[in-house]
Amino acid sequence: MALAREDSSPLFAGSVAGTLRLIFYLALAMVLMVLDHRNGWMWRARYAAAVAVEPVYRLAGLPADGVRALGVAFADRQRLTEQNQRLREDLLLANAKLNRMAAVAEQNERLKELLATQHSLGLNVQLARVIGVDLGAGRHRLMINLGARDGVKPGQPVIDARGLLGQVVEVLPTTAVLMLVTDPNHAVPVTVERTGLRTIAYGARDGDQLSLPTVPMAADVQAGDRLLTSGLGGRFPPGFPVGTVTAVGPAANGLFLEARARPSADINRSDDVLLLHDQAEPAGPPAPAASAGPPAGLAPAPAPGPPAAPAAGAAAGAAR
Amino acid sequence: MNRHRLNLLWFVATLAAALLLMLVPLPQPLEPFKPYWPALVLLYWSLESAERVGLGLAFTVGLAGDLLDGVLLGEQALRLTALVFIALRFRSRLRFFPMWQQTLAVLALLLNDRILLTVVRVFAGDALPPPSWWLSPFVGAALWPFLFLLFDDLRVRLRIP
Repeated sequence: MALAREDSSPLFAGSVAGTLRLIFYLALAMVLMVLDHRNGWMWRARYAAAVAVEPVYRLAGLPADGVRALGVAFADRQRLTEQNQRLREDLLLANAKLNRMAAVAEQNERLKELLATQHSLGLNVQLARVIGVDLGAGRHRLMINLGARDGVKPGQPVIDARGLLGQVVEVLPTTAVLMLVTDPNHAVPVTVERTGLRTIAYGARDGDQLSLPTVPMAADVQAGDRLLTSGLGGRFPPGFPVGTVTAVGPAANGLFLEARARPSADINRSDDVLLLHDQAEPAGPPAPAASAGPPAGLAPAPAPGPPAAPAAGAAAGAAR
Repeated sequence: MNRHRLNLLWFVATLAAALLLMLVPLPQPLEPFKPYWPALVLLYWSLESAERVGLGLAFTVGLAGDLLDGVLLGEQALRLTALVFIALRFRSRLRFFPMWQQTLAVLALLLNDRILLTVVRVFAGDALPPPSWWLSPFVGAALWPFLFLLFDDLRVRLRIP
């Protein structure tokens, strides 16, 4: 700890040396900020300091955990029973829907096999818990309790039960930081479910909303339309709900329509999230399909697809 | 010797606790009301024992905060250095203000800090924050008298000079 060598403070006039020291420190801070903003090497420093930093996060997350635990401990029996009942009904409903879907999914799978595409409806996910840590005022970030040691990689999409939550941006050994879809620096390629229109959803600059600033004037987009990930750009797999359009109006530049949307995921209330492991196909044109042959069921097993490469230039997740 | 060590330990512990409190989240509706704890604790120490608080210490605490909160390295270092500089410059006068005047001065310092933060964020390419952004300095200033009295009381009880 650097102890100060400050002279006894004079009543009125300050010393020149003090001002010089201030200028020195301010300049140092500014240099650090500019370097960090340009290179983002603070995360390398953080990764190195992670041994010291991560226990602090766990410690800071304790109160939130404690409140959660107390909520469960002191919740009365009736509320728990009610919750249990509701969850059971939800499960029943979901299972019924799944059963109905199973046949369709199987048929879909077969048809896709015939087309020799490698899409799959299966999910390869990893459950993670959110650590209750405040990462700066007004920041759309979350910290989760899995890190590099659990195989988490930057760029992995994260979902919750209702839809797309965001993606992993930084990984420490046992924790990782998510950027939420509502972050103004976040973009996700979406399609409008009803019309199939493709566009890009950015985080809105004000509040926990999404903004679609480049909807063509003639496009048919209404409030209530659901947005799904389109899978373009290769970062997010297609078909996950992203949000629901709440309003459509002319954009500020007058060239486009701008739509606002509410994210489907429970941005503020997610305790458990799912990390998707199978990354979408890499950006760029798909590998040339094998020439027509016998159906996949008869052909020898196809070679596994090329590994998902992080798409540097892709629109997905690119900072604006 | 022992007293001196205890004294130093208490000093470091308050700073560490302030950094930890900065990380502890509040429930969503209360989020904008969260005061900037490291600034308050550093202000207290720069008024009460200026021989230990210097710009170097403020810079170090700020860097530690930046490392923990992961926003932009140097942001809090800049803010805390400026804050402590002003506090040390006017220390002799601030110390002998009555409490309400001191509270107003703290409010001005915290508002100045918030303005600095806004300028830094806007330069880094963020949007202008919502109005609730400006609540935090008022909460901090409202807490100041209690924090000051609590710390003074603890110091007397622990017989820390």
